[in-house]
Amino acid sequence: MTSTVDTPADAARPTPPSGLVTVARAPGWVRYALLAVGLLTALWLPNGLYPAVAVDILCWALFAVAVDLLLGFTGLMSFGHAAFWGTSAYVTGLVAIHLGLPFPVAVLAGALTAAALAVPIGYLAVKRTGIYFAMVTLAFAQLVYYVANEWRSVTRGENGLQGVPRELFGLDLRDDYYFYYAILPIVLLGLAAAWRIVHSPFGRVLVGIRDNPARARALGYPVHRYKLTAFVLSGFIAGLGGGLFAVGHRFVSLDVLHWTTSGKAVIVVVLGGIGTLWGGVLGAAIVVRLEDWLSFSGFEAIGLVTGGIFVLVVLLFRRGIWGSVAALVTRWWAARRR
Amino acid sequence: MAGQALLSARGLIRDFRGFRAVDGVDLDVAPDSVHALVGPNGAGKTTLFNLLTGFLRPSGGRIQLAGRDVTGLPPEQVARLGVARSFQITSLFPQLSAREHVELALQSPSGLGWRFWRSAKLMRRYTDRAGELLDMVGLAELAEAPAEALAYGRKRALELAIALALDPKVLLLDEPTAGMGLEDVDRTVDLIARVRSGRTVVMVEHNMSVVGRLADTVTVLQAGKVLVEGPYEQVRADERVITAYLGAADAAH
Repeated sequence: MTSTVDTPADAARPTPPSGLVTVARAPGWVRYALLAVGLLTALWLPNGLYPAVAVDILCWALFAVAVDLLLGFTGLMSFGHAAFWGTSAYVTGLVAIHLGLPFPVAVLAGALTAAALAVPIGYLAVKRTGIYFAMVTLAFAQLVYYVANEWRSVTRGENGLQGVPRELFGLDLRDDYYFYYAILPIVLLGLAAAWRIVHSPFGRVLVGIRDNPARARALGYPVHRYKLTAFVLSGFIAGLGGGLFAVGHRFVSLDVLHWTTSGKAVIVVVLGGIGTLWGGVLGAAIVVRLEDWLSFSGFEAIGLVTGGIFVLVVLLFRRGIWGSVAALVTRWWAARRR
Repeated sequence: MAGQALLSARGLIRDFRGFRAVDGVDLDVAPDSVHALVGPNGAGKTTLFNLLTGFLRPSGGRIQLAGRDVTGLPPEQVARLGVARSFQITSLFPQLSAREHVELALQSPSGLGWRFWRSAKLMRRYTDRAGELLDMVGLAELAEAPAEALAYGRKRALELAIALALDPKVLLLDEPTAGMGLEDVDRTVDLIARVRSGRTVVMVEHNMSVVGRLADTVTVLQAGKVLVEGPYEQVRADERVITAYLGAADAAH
């Protein structure tokens, strides 16, 4: 569970992990223990935090994992993932308001729309790499932002969509505490899907493409199509998060499409650890909790603090929090076995 | 000749911003032969390789594989048609193990790579075959080591194992013995001699003793053009070839 690439069990790793991924592979019992701790924490969370904050953490966890799927496992830095998070938020809101469908159906509609939007954007973006890929995704996200801003009859412009209902077969989910447990299974499904993608034959090809695209092509893998598929899957998962976010807040504003939302997603992943999957979940928990704490304490310049922490992490712990801890544990484990 | 050739090029041209790296090359690679491309640095050998494998688009000319026009096809499609290549500079996936490299290559022709909803454990179906290939190139003991931890000669051997895993009709080897010690060179020559049966091999090679031991046909390139083509003994004795090599040596001083 800690690791990224599905490497053979007990493979001796003589060199420390380099680059984007920690290839550490903990023994089975450690991974099951971590899974148990993670699930128990998820079940306990709204008892220890404000439930509304706990809901935000779940949504952002999905968003971060979606971004890491591209950044950590495909080698593509999307700087426009707010397009998928935000589009899904609007579609989910509109479906829930106008059709009155149960919220999971609305969220699914939002996520599917986000995935559909990821097809043309991804098709054009994956032809570029590095900073150019980031710029193309940013440009499309800005385009989506301005369309949403201008299309007031549907999106209500700067007023936003208000009163998104939390309909689920007549259950009373107005209390964030109960709503948290209603969305938890959906979030866990999304996270499990991301884990499966990373640990699939497809995921293995993605890592190959990330590390050496020319070699992957020489092996007969159509690199663009693989990247596009990863992009669409990532768009879908980001859409799941965005849709749940809309229902969670009962309100959709243009903020969900703003470029700072894309940037925050990248920061969350870098903070947690690129190419670690669960690092993104941890990063989401830290950033959302910290922002809530700072805004509650009346501190104005929240960005200054999160930005400062981001700079510190990038300078001191380049593998992010999860990656650094995993590397430490692996080293300790290897030393103990000797 | 052109009718029998497995891989052939006609009038192949490649320009780089006013510089013609490959200038009207005709090439016919006979089936089941080992065909060596030699020539001084900058003669256009690697550019020709990249044209033949789809990594570069020709500025002019045609390429045929088994009678089929493959000009301008992207590298992954050329690979799927049975042309596998190695790279001059070792090109691997640093963090994957040797076995995972071979499994990834073995998986490539199947659709398994698209199954994002299935477990990577499915790739274990290739483990046995991967073991055989690694054994063949002398990497059986290092199967679980990540590529970045392998010594240089082992990396070259792994490159060969990956190319063989594709079970190619044509194997293109870009300087398979470059930078190797004598022992590794011998091992590689033996290996190529073993795997060439039923296959066509095109290789760029600087080491003339390797060329002499393996090649049926030698094409000498100079300044992007074919200078001489023929059997090794004949080419080696050719005045023009000697001049070209000596000239290049002079120019290097």
